[in-house]
Amino acid sequence: MATTVDVPARDAARTPARPLRARRLGTLLLLLALVGAAALASIAVGTRSIGLGDVWGSLLDSALTTDDAVVVRQLRVPRTALGLMVGLALGLAGALMQGHTRNPLGDPGLLGVTAGASLAVVLAISLLGLTSPAGYVWFAFAGALAGTVLVYAIGSAGRGGATPLTLALAGAALSALMYALVRAILVSDQQTLDSFRFWVVGSLAGRGADVAWQVAPFIAVGVVLALVNAPALNLLGLGEDVARGLGQRIWLARAVGLAAITLLAGAATAACGPIAFVGLVVPHVVRALTGPDHRWLLPGSALLGAALLLAADVIGRIVARPAELQVGIVLALIGAPFFIALVRRRKAAGL
Amino acid sequence: MSVAAPVHAPEAQAPPVRSGRVVRLGRVSGVVRWRDLAVPLVALIALVLVSAVSMGRGDFPIGVVDVLRTLAGLGEGPQEFIVLELRAPRVVVGVLVGLALGMAGALFQTFARNPLASPDTLGITTGASAGAVAAIVLSGGTSAGAVLGGLGIPLAALLGALTTGFLLFLLTWRAGIDGYRLVLVGIALWAMGTALTDWLLTNAEIYDAASAYVWITGSLNARTWDDALPLALALVVLLPAALATSRLLAVLQFGDDTARGLGVRLAPTQTAVVLLAVGLVAFAVSAAGPIAFVSLIVPQIAVRLTGGARPPLLASGLLGALLVVGADLVTRTVLPEALPVGILTAAIGAPYLLWLLVRGRRRFT
Repeated sequence: MATTVDVPARDAARTPARPLRARRLGTLLLLLALVGAAALASIAVGTRSIGLGDVWGSLLDSALTTDDAVVVRQLRVPRTALGLMVGLALGLAGALMQGHTRNPLGDPGLLGVTAGASLAVVLAISLLGLTSPAGYVWFAFAGALAGTVLVYAIGSAGRGGATPLTLALAGAALSALMYALVRAILVSDQQTLDSFRFWVVGSLAGRGADVAWQVAPFIAVGVVLALVNAPALNLLGLGEDVARGLGQRIWLARAVGLAAITLLAGAATAACGPIAFVGLVVPHVVRALTGPDHRWLLPGSALLGAALLLAADVIGRIVARPAELQVGIVLALIGAPFFIALVRRRKAAGL
Repeated sequence: MSVAAPVHAPEAQAPPVRSGRVVRLGRVSGVVRWRDLAVPLVALIALVLVSAVSMGRGDFPIGVVDVLRTLAGLGEGPQEFIVLELRAPRVVVGVLVGLALGMAGALFQTFARNPLASPDTLGITTGASAGAVAAIVLSGGTSAGAVLGGLGIPLAALLGALTTGFLLFLLTWRAGIDGYRLVLVGIALWAMGTALTDWLLTNAEIYDAASAYVWITGSLNARTWDDALPLALALVVLLPAALATSRLLAVLQFGDDTARGLGVRLAPTQTAVVLLAVGLVAFAVSAAGPIAFVSLIVPQIAVRLTGGARPPLLASGLLGALLVVGADLVTRTVLPEALPVGILTAAIGAPYLLWLLVRGRRRFT
């Protein structure tokens, strides 16, 4: 069969294994450095100008009780930690989702996470009168979980079980249905819309350390599940039949992956509201750097997600001083043009 | 890239190929599959009936037969005025919008070979939303906003959609349009449009935000012949052109290399398909707002009903029209308060697609 020239094989022949590995390692280290820089900037920069020396001092000396020290320790550090976790979770969930649905349009929201969380938050606002982001967390999380379970149940109900296609379509249809309910409430209830419109843009503002602690355990479990899922995801990428032939238990791999996506994206959405851009775009960028191997793609996406979210948050604090631009908006408005430039320059790596 | 099962499925699992009847007329021959004819036909009949029922409903009920007689030019007195001037525009806008959205969705999904590609996910309707919301929200404030507001919402939406559509086309273009690149650029444009809309909404007065939100959902309320006319004129040009690309699309399905080998001139064909789809969406959205999910859901329903390998254009259009008009009828008659039609299209269309999914035996596209 002279016609079946395998593209990966050709690439492998051109670039020996060692340099590729070194490049991937270098990429991860570079991303790690970016995360570090973004985290530092996030602690150092804010509406209130605090000198770098004071920032450093208040981090080291926990007895310091000047206003500056309190701002750094009580506001900026928790916010940075939350941004780090949420970015990590969203990048990871996006890479997992695109791997499992094998669709470049697969963002974690497609699994019903965002729609479920939105519906739960809208219900919480309109029925229970909640108005604070911290109050939404558990509702959003429960909604995200319920949404995913429903999508998975329906997506795997047909003959042939949960294929990438049925999952994606079930997710799209169920999301449509849940958004219809959200809209039905919002068009007739102005008060709820007034609170909801600030949640739905996605922001790190106003979420304290308590929110960070609430979602941290879920994200930790999700990260472990995601990394465990990487080798299986590589096999699934060859097609379910091949994967099964190589001894992979399909349902187990899918279940672990979907559980990870639910925990990661659900916790992130619960904490900050829906931020679609990270999950959609980050995996594409990282795939262009590391290639399609999920053992590299997943950590890379996590790191780039964290760096991007923190950087966007910092920019959002600077551009509209003394007000803030929400991180979800900054991400899309600044990140999207970069992404388009990247897509046009490189030949995008397929899934 | 494709979501589908591996292209060359093992023989044992491959679904039986649905055979059609071969028809030969002199030198012309082709395969006729009865479901390809039956589904559009049934959809068309249902569409006419539902439209007639819809035009008959209201404070002054009119029977279906009378409505049809009036439409045929045999009506008299108040009935003629009520049907033709008050109720017909709304239904006609619904039909045209549904047709345009359904066909545009089928075009995008076929072209990108991705069942999730649609004007919604590729940013064209979000561009329209951003334009319209800007017109609603900014009209009181800045000078740029006053200019936008002066355009009126439909024109602002049309501009937003066309701008996004052309951007999608230009930014994807690199000696041809790759379906995969189209999707990636579309994601970015979608993200920007959504962010812009959300930002405008958070900065608006709550009253403006509320009316903008209704527009975003898609509504047929208070539509007149003035809304229907531009859309109708656009469709007179765009619909036949879109249907004419049908055969080329079928060839594009096999991949660029095969299509080129079969004698399709790729670049002009791709340009035509994308720009036609953009045009259809833009005019539809400017008339009724981005009625949610029609272009995403309907082609997937149509492909399951006809049992083909890709979303059929005409059937998608007719089913889209049926869904929009039917949803509008439900909001006006069954529900206690008149919800925007965009809510009902999803509430009716999505469960039907889910049912087809659960019941489905074959893997499509």
